Amino acid sequence: MQTVAIVDFSFGNLRSVHNALRSLAEPKTDIRIATEPADIEQADRIVFPGQGAARHCMLALREKSLADAVLDAAQSRPFLGICMGMQVLMEYSEENDGVDCLGLFSGKVQAFAPHVERGSGFKIPHMGWSRIEQTPHPLWENIPDQSRFYFVHSYYTAPRDEEAIAGRTDYVLPFASVIAKDQVFAMQSHPEKSGEHGLTLLRNFLNWDGQC
Amino acid sequence: MGLAKRIIPCLDVDGGRVVKGVKFVDIRDAGDPVEIARRYDQEGADEITFLDITASHHDRDTTVHMVEAVAEQVFIPLTVGGGIRTVENIRTLLCAGADKVGINTAAVTNPEFVREASDTVGNQCIVVAIDAKRVSAPDAPSRWDIFTHGGRKDTGIDALEWAQKMEAYGAGEILLTSMDRDGTREGFDLELTRAMSDAVGIPVIASGGVGNLQHLVDGVTEGGADAVLAASIFHFQEYTIGEAKQYMQQNGIEVRL
Repeated sequence: MQTVAIVDFSFGNLRSVHNALRSLAEPKTDIRIATEPADIEQADRIVFPGQGAARHCMLALREKSLADAVLDAAQSRPFLGICMGMQVLMEYSEENDGVDCLGLFSGKVQAFAPHVERGSGFKIPHMGWSRIEQTPHPLWENIPDQSRFYFVHSYYTAPRDEEAIAGRTDYVLPFASVIAKDQVFAMQSHPEKSGEHGLTLLRNFLNWDGQC
Repeated sequence: MGLAKRIIPCLDVDGGRVVKGVKFVDIRDAGDPVEIARRYDQEGADEITFLDITASHHDRDTTVHMVEAVAEQVFIPLTVGGGIRTVENIRTLLCAGADKVGINTAAVTNPEFVREASDTVGNQCIVVAIDAKRVSAPDAPSRWDIFTHGGRKDTGIDALEWAQKMEAYGAGEILLTSMDRDGTREGFDLELTRAMSDAVGIPVIASGGVGNLQHLVDGVTEGGADAVLAASIFHFQEYTIGEAKQYMQQNGIEVRL
């Protein structure tokens, strides 16, 4: 039996993530919403979803004293970041006039807006189904390269280290839509809302030993 | 550009049940939202929108339970609109498993509500629904006003200016329904759709008037819509969503297949 913690640090769609994992996991798997550091410390694997604004999310992580437990988990157990849960792993986000983030990956989170011209046809938020060009990783097993996932975001992640990129997407500009390092895999799109391919990815995560 | 144009089937729900003629041949219960949503998901719907037409405030809890039930089994984005008036309404629906909510009349009555809602839950969750009707004379420059109360009440507000205001207030998306075309099966109001798509920097969903697959294509290519919403052509299985996507792709539109 394993324990999966879904970290609650924003007003996000935890229920959808929970529903998706529940539909895939073995009945005995304990899937819990983590609101305290102890919930994270005790879990075998961590899902870190997030939605909303960067400042609010970082504040919530600090106020609930979750930041240290999250960083510790990300360096020791299989860890899946989703959407804002990917962005706050970077050093810094341009959102909300600038927010210092967790710094697990070097690089920052930048706005699409300055790159978009009106009339170009690009709408912000980037909302809908875009392709991800995969870089080999165990979590892509049984998911065809260039499969579409569901995205909703106005800021994108720009890691400094090319090696950290596990998936690329082109919208307005080519950006790193998935980053990975050791036992951490983090994606901008929402696997819990990406139909069959998203469910496959979540299933792969539930079975992943954290090795690349 | 790499982003697929979306096809969104829309379902009317009353008291937690789907109403208004869903006639799939191979489902057991034409009113069961879970069964219908799962069916659309299998056909390749990119999102599903529920329009809550429940009259009594009291029965709204049933809508929340319906969203919970659908979200447990259908893993694509779900939008719920109809009768949403408070941030608490929004929180309740999002916590039940909705990804976005549609705000219509409440935005007109109190535009600040949109700002408050967007600040609280993020603009990605807020769809502002606009019911627009042409009010200009045939030989005059085009103008569309927004109408409330099911298209009966002219607010006197210009639809394009209104959409820009809503974008500034934190709408993440516009659901644009042409009241002139809704229910006619004559196709979208393409001039309106194009004007709207050019007026705002957020995605626009075209709605109202779809009668065949060419109408969906026109909504994207001529109207510039980011997504197309339709009800009856899918409910009665005139076309499956898969057929609609094939047709759009044959016409050079990028879709998720």
